[in-house]
Amino acid sequence: LINHQRVVTKLTTERIAQMAVLIEQAVPLELWPSSWSAVNDNIQHAGALLGTQPAPGVALAAAMARQPQGMLDEIKQANLRGCGGAGYATASKWQLCRDTPGQARYVVCNADEGEPGTFKDRVLLASFADTVFEGMSIAAWATGAQHGLLYLRGEYCFLLAPLQAVLQHRRQQGLLGKSILGQPGFDFDIQIHVGAGAYVCGEESALIESLQGRRGTPGIRPPYPAQRGYLGLPTVVNNVETLCAVSHIAWRGARWWTGMGTAQSSGSKIHSISGDCARPGLYEYAYGTSVQHMLLDCGAQCTQAVQIGGPSGVCVSASEFARSICFEDLASAGAFMVFDESRDMFEVARSFAQFFAHESCGFCTPCRVGSELVLRQLDKIQRGHGGNQDLAQLSQLGQIMQSSSHCGLGASAGGMLQNSISKFPLSYQRRLSRHFVPGFDLDAELSQARLAGARHVAATHLQTLP
Amino acid sequence: MKPLANVTSEASDTGPSSFTLDGQAIDFAAGETILQAVIRAGQYIAHLCWHPGYPAQGACRLCTVSVDGRMASACTVQAQAGQMVQSRTDALHSLRRSLLQMLFVEGNHFCPSCEKSGNCRLQASAYEAGMTEPHFEEFYPQRRVDASHPDILLDHNRCILCGLCVQASQLFDNKDDFAMGGHGTQTNLLVNSISGLLQDSSIAVTDHAMQICPVGALMAKRQGFLTPIGQRRYDLHPISQDREDSDELRTPP
Repeated sequence: LINHQRVVTKLTTERIAQMAVLIEQAVPLELWPSSWSAVNDNIQHAGALLGTQPAPGVALAAAMARQPQGMLDEIKQANLRGCGGAGYATASKWQLCRDTPGQARYVVCNADEGEPGTFKDRVLLASFADTVFEGMSIAAWATGAQHGLLYLRGEYCFLLAPLQAVLQHRRQQGLLGKSILGQPGFDFDIQIHVGAGAYVCGEESALIESLQGRRGTPGIRPPYPAQRGYLGLPTVVNNVETLCAVSHIAWRGARWWTGMGTAQSSGSKIHSISGDCARPGLYEYAYGTSVQHMLLDCGAQCTQAVQIGGPSGVCVSASEFARSICFEDLASAGAFMVFDESRDMFEVARSFAQFFAHESCGFCTPCRVGSELVLRQLDKIQRGHGGNQDLAQLSQLGQIMQSSSHCGLGASAGGMLQNSISKFPLSYQRRLSRHFVPGFDLDAELSQARLAGARHVAATHLQTLP
Repeated sequence: MKPLANVTSEASDTGPSSFTLDGQAIDFAAGETILQAVIRAGQYIAHLCWHPGYPAQGACRLCTVSVDGRMASACTVQAQAGQMVQSRTDALHSLRRSLLQMLFVEGNHFCPSCEKSGNCRLQASAYEAGMTEPHFEEFYPQRRVDASHPDILLDHNRCILCGLCVQASQLFDNKDDFAMGGHGTQTNLLVNSISGLLQDSSIAVTDHAMQICPVGALMAKRQGFLTPIGQRRYDLHPISQDREDSDELRTPP
């Protein structure tokens, strides 16, 4: 819960009752118990990224010793891929930015962690901010950027003051500002921009629009932000975790990174595990770890399904738990939501559909209208008024959204729906009426007429629904 | 989308600066998008949010085509030599019909009582696509009518959020009378004036922002029926044979 930019965690019935008392007594927010705002890291299984961190400046010095193109080549050899979901090769992005002429270049850290079920970036910013900022400085060194921007998710505004303090400390250490680490001409500083809470702004071109004070809608690509980004200048946009990995690779080398993971997915990945398990929290594994392995570690039992990568990702059912998380198999942005056998997968899909309809930016037709139509259709089925034709229409809507949406939001919303219908057909089938049910309720439509005529006898009602 | 079996052989007939549209070669100039080249060649791909002379937006998605097997909006994809573009397929006709139906149910569009009927690109595109019913559940949204301006009517019920008036006001009229606001189903056209009303904006009836509206959302007052129904633009010929776009491509606004 976020109340006037103040976070309240671990909401229980008891805590809400206590909160109501404070509100009734008009107790100002500053006097609420500070323990209510405590946000824990909850790291359950640390690996390369969540383990030992390089001391401030060490990774940057290692990067500078390699020269800019050398550092870029190191990232290329490490085969580092973006951790925000798309998995684009980081070195290609950097090279494109470096090779594009521009009066200035920007490095943007995408900390708009909005995918439901992911909270890894929050922990990295709360506890390893130095590593993140150092990754930005290394990106600046490699690409020739002068300015850095951290786009902080609106709901993470409680991190703003601590992050500003880390930045200030880094300036004092000579790790930001003019002539960084005594290198003439290496000038780079970072500003923080707080987002306003739109999910779509996690998409890099929408994020750049938002940074410029415009409405957050995804742009047309190409040109990519690396060619024409913030203020029309070459801009690298990287996820928080990616920039952390950059620092670690600069510090320990590409060979160390490629020593972990699989052929096409080198290194280590942080997963935010939530849902029906004994020990939710952050778990870090090398790429290629199986879903089954992770379920065992977090203490999940009687698991029906796992949503990998959040609502935009893919849902795997029990028969697929031997599959592993890597770009060759199940790509993931880091969310790992566990649903046990007590959960109704139809309701899961309906709640995801609500999320997408709410977060659609409204720019393109299939997502703006389609996500609302999907929701209405699911609501109709939920009320027991759905038939086979409704299920067919849902699949059709999913396909339209997937194939014709302007950006990944609409496409993922459509994909989520089709995935859910194909993997959990029974949870849909058992709700369907065997008879045709019209799309609207005739009896409800007559309510205004009954009101006007003040007649509520049986003759003024129509029984058209089962 | 299944590619046509005979496309590969036809692709070899294309010149260094041409691609194929449903098997037919289309020449393009450097920097042109697929839609620009197609319209300039006098061919037709359905579109509502693109207008010659203005940057592509990619909002309505009506011009979705298959480019080398991948779905993309023709207005945003750069033309490249040898591309195989498919537009006239059953799947794409069906997709466009669905997108048009979405635009219809989202707003309040009552063609028989609309002054724009016959001159409306939404209506004409729907006829072209063979749309005979709204198919989806009507939203019947509660939207305002802004009749405050002495010469111009803004009826939000008919707005399809194409953004063309926003572009025209900024890029041609050198004003900034419109913007898009809200998100999801609450997305709406905003008037940039202190009151939010058209009368307090700088728009004039001669502005391109007013004339560019493809539907009946922005209309000049007292002119609704100057041309009788039956003699209007798309009463005379279907939108696919309309040469407005290709004419204007030669003489940008």
